[in-house]
Amino acid sequence: MSDAVTLTGMPAQARRDIGIKRRYAAERRFRAYGIIAMAVGLFFLAALIFSVVSKGYTAFVQTTITLPIEFTEKDVDPDNKRGENPAVLAQGDFAKLIKQGLAKRLGFDPSDRKSAKLATAMISDSARTDLRDMLVADPSLVGKTVNVSLLAEGNIDSANKGQIDLSVPEARRKVKDKQLEWMKTLRDAGDLTKAFNTGLFTNGASSRPEAAGLGVAAMGSLFMMVTVFVLSLPIGVAASIYLEEFAPKNRLTDLIEVNINNLAAVPSIVYGLLGLSIFINFAGMPRSAALVGGLVLTLMTLPTIIIATRASLKAVPPSIRSAALGLGASKMQTIFHHVLPLAMPGILTGTIIGLAHALGETAPLLLIGMVAFVADFPATPLEPSTALPVQIYMWANEAERAFTERTSGAIIVLLTFLILMNLGAILLRRRFERRW
Amino acid sequence: MKVLHFTAAALIASVAFAGAAHARDQIQIAGSSTVLPYAKIVAEAFGEANTQFKTPVVESGGTGAGLKEFCKGVGPDTIDIANASRQIKKEELEACKAAGVTEIQEVRIGYDGIVFATDASNVDFALTPKDVYLALAAEIVVDGKLVANPNKKWSDVNKDLPDEEIMAFIPGEKHGTREVFEQKLLADGCKATGAVDVIKASIKDEKEAAAKCVKVRKDGVAVDIDGDYTETLARIDSNKKAIGVFGLSFFENNSDKLKVATISGVTPSVETIASGKYPVSRPLFFYVKKAHLGVIAGLKEYVEFFTSDKMIGPDGPLAEYGLVPAPDAEREQIRKDAAEGKTL
Repeated sequence: MSDAVTLTGMPAQARRDIGIKRRYAAERRFRAYGIIAMAVGLFFLAALIFSVVSKGYTAFVQTTITLPIEFTEKDVDPDNKRGENPAVLAQGDFAKLIKQGLAKRLGFDPSDRKSAKLATAMISDSARTDLRDMLVADPSLVGKTVNVSLLAEGNIDSANKGQIDLSVPEARRKVKDKQLEWMKTLRDAGDLTKAFNTGLFTNGASSRPEAAGLGVAAMGSLFMMVTVFVLSLPIGVAASIYLEEFAPKNRLTDLIEVNINNLAAVPSIVYGLLGLSIFINFAGMPRSAALVGGLVLTLMTLPTIIIATRASLKAVPPSIRSAALGLGASKMQTIFHHVLPLAMPGILTGTIIGLAHALGETAPLLLIGMVAFVADFPATPLEPSTALPVQIYMWANEAERAFTERTSGAIIVLLTFLILMNLGAILLRRRFERRW
Repeated sequence: MKVLHFTAAALIASVAFAGAAHARDQIQIAGSSTVLPYAKIVAEAFGEANTQFKTPVVESGGTGAGLKEFCKGVGPDTIDIANASRQIKKEELEACKAAGVTEIQEVRIGYDGIVFATDASNVDFALTPKDVYLALAAEIVVDGKLVANPNKKWSDVNKDLPDEEIMAFIPGEKHGTREVFEQKLLADGCKATGAVDVIKASIKDEKEAAAKCVKVRKDGVAVDIDGDYTETLARIDSNKKAIGVFGLSFFENNSDKLKVATISGVTPSVETIASGKYPVSRPLFFYVKKAHLGVIAGLKEYVEFFTSDKMIGPDGPLAEYGLVPAPDAEREQIRKDAAEGKTL
């Protein structure tokens, strides 16, 4: 212990060995373990984010091909009836318009079936619907030639983003040499471009990767979150206030408490089974509806919210209650005027974390029919819809290459929502929390 | 207190609202994940071609789960169509009838090929049912006796095969594909190697003997994949020497990463399966509730649309994706049966 002498400047003989070196070493070791644990955690987080972002960032841009499309009258309105019935325009042969546009742009003979097949395969099938909607919205386009940006087919998009291995022999590739050559021509002329992929946010599900989007899923998730919030917050808070402030402490309330804690850990698929038998089979609610999904997730979130709310009610010091009661407030006034407002930041944090948990849940939705292909936007929570995590799951199981980037893209979108919600929880706590 | 009132009102309103929304204007489909991609293509095209109808909702979840939902009863709160990668079983049909679903139309949509594929960098594989049996069966016959499968390398099975460790990713038991794999490859191989006679000599019960014939080894050489083909692909990506079982359409969509094995000398393709040369294929179906035709908007039109040559024909989008179209006469028959409303 010679250094102890120099530190204190005291004579060295009488020092007891109190194991200070050993204890400091233990502390250093403990700190090192902590740092290692954190580093491991951070490493996996970074690996996850890196893998998702590196695979998914390309999903936010989409390849389009600009073609001169001539809305020839004989193809869109052969009997010249659009004057009396504009709906006939919807029946036009838009595939032919695209073929003619391609033939004109790429300079092949439209009757050359092989070239025509290869060329039309470069444009998404969804482009026909886009052209139809465009013409129906503006019938004056008949007879005119317009430059239209059309969605490129999924494989062309992947090739344009460099995701297809071009060293593989042509026969085993989805993108043929001729198409690559055309792509180069178009790219050099500035007609094959990448633009921000708004379709990813506005389209519903599609069997074509290039046209598939998260719109319906986001809508479904929104409906469900609103349902969960509107139902679980009041029910959860009312239950917690009663249990915490009014209920007598006896066997029954102990049993309830144990059950609530248990329910918080029940696998979520169990709630799906419950939802199927109660809401769909018994109450006769529609399948695949966001409302049913919301109700199921409400049941799942309630225990979390009740536990968080009870903890924050408990954290309000008894002196506040005593003071309020002492000044003549009734018990209910005490709770609603003093205890609850002080507990609110904690309650809201718990609720938001519960909601974020519910937002990422797929298992209970499987049984109530929300793991589904839904192309049409739901107008009400009673119409079929899916949810964001469900869309990720469904895209992950797709065979087409172009869905891989969309899967990661959708994960990025979901993670962004979760980060925003958790940030909100932190901000609320910072802003309103009171320390005693 | 306001909060409580609001909650109660919301609950009551939501239940009442749901009850009122019974009339359904959207077709609901559930079932096989193998049929799902085809059903999605048709549903999407149907929604685009018929602007007066909504795009049908297609759930996935497996043939068994789909048929279970299908057999729950008749009415707008039950699904209209069940997709199936196998024919409906007798027990399922009985359950259906017991629940009041008495009239069921069966629609065959085409065929699905089942292929063995390995990583594109791997050597070529030319397999026969016999090789598959000898490589993957739990027990094989050596010197006239049944023993636990001792083969470790493909070259042990057949000296023409590469000198590589056997490692196979096969569909798990809940998959419809597994049944085809067992019936078309293991059972045939069991016969071809003569193992079937040895098994029959020791086991009297024919069903048990057949089950023993198709038993897959459990020593880690054959791995059951309970997920989808994407999982099998990922496994092969990380284990380049392994071989995996895929659907033809999945293989065709990933043909730059995978190399397909021939079975008995035939390369699987839409043509060889349609002609019956490639042995491992199965029909795909969907089942329609006749009672819902004409009640659910668009259901009749959907069935017509699905069975038209625009969809299931050789130049249709389903064949493009990898469905093996049924021969011309069979498609004609399918359409006729659907139009006449022939029930099971």
